Amino acid sequence: MPGYLTLIFVCQLLGELAVGALALPIPGPVLGMVLLFVWLLRRGAVPEGLGDVAGGLQRAMSLLFVPAGAGVMLHFQLLGDALLPLGIGLVVSTLLTILVTGAMMHWLAKGDAQ
Amino acid sequence: MNNLQETWVYLSASPLFHLTLTLVAFQAASWLFERGGRNPLLNPVLGAVLIVVAVLVATGTDYGTYFEGAQFVHFLLGPATVSLAIPLYRQWHRVRASALAITVSLLCGSLTAIVSAVLVTRALGGGSEILASIAPKSVTAPVAMAIAEELGGLPSLTAVLVIVTGILGAMFGPLLLDLARIRGWPARGLAIGTASHGIGTARALQVNETAGAFAGLAMGLNALATALLLPILWHLVF
Repeated sequence: MPGYLTLIFVCQLLGELAVGALALPIPGPVLGMVLLFVWLLRRGAVPEGLGDVAGGLQRAMSLLFVPAGAGVMLHFQLLGDALLPLGIGLVVSTLLTILVTGAMMHWLAKGDAQ
Repeated sequence: MNNLQETWVYLSASPLFHLTLTLVAFQAASWLFERGGRNPLLNPVLGAVLIVVAVLVATGTDYGTYFEGAQFVHFLLGPATVSLAIPLYRQWHRVRASALAITVSLLCGSLTAIVSAVLVTRALGGGSEILASIAPKSVTAPVAMAIAEELGGLPSLTAVLVIVTGILGAMFGPLLLDLARIRGWPARGLAIGTASHGIGTARALQVNETAGAFAGLAMGLNALATALLLPILWHLVF
């Protein structure tokens, strides 16, 4: 179990290092995800312990956004001043993006293996 | 009484207090969500943020002090993102079979997210600093903040807008997809991950592994697409 947690941390660290060194336009953890994925492809299966560690992290994932979310208190003033443009902009754009992406994928992927 | 005050001074300065506050707030919000029949309006991330902010405002604690404790939770976002490789690997046969559909849908979604956010906000009177802050709002926070800074926005405002976007997508995305009769898990996951990055992905993972895998994939790809497309669009179009 600690071995697999180490593997996840090592992938993230390598991702952060590569992003920093090559000035890539993606976050280190996303590149870390790609590295772990490549490792899994080479290995050909997900070790049980790794699946457990990943499952634990992912079940807790919603919780992990709470500290960043509380950062809203830094911008009460600005958010209050621009409440209407920001609020409506966020709602319309988020819902429209979900609808467009979902509809396109639904329509284009019809013939693919589901 | 004096003892109590001394204890409070000690506790409020240690990471334990704000770390525990974060966990308790999330447990309480999750309990409410379950008791409320998983009503999207009772989204646990939203509920927990409201509880935390209420406690911080009531106790006169500034965000920096809170974050010293909460950073231990925040830190795990990185490893959690890396671990999305596992659902992606398990669903790889589906992803490969739909590679073209995924690419085209993702690019359409990425452009929709940028263009609609800028146009709607501008039509309602948002200034250029606000526009630059909201334009990358569908992308995971570290990338969105870097893009906002490059365009002349406020990175810390962008972080807030990113979180709100995530919560909105997690709350209303599934409902909207039901209304549009989009029922396939790949399409649902891709839509939520493109629009609402990690918060949407976390929600998708709770519902279905295929949806979670496609959401995680969409989150990574949209970070890349937006980082490449938005600066070009910004100078050419807006």
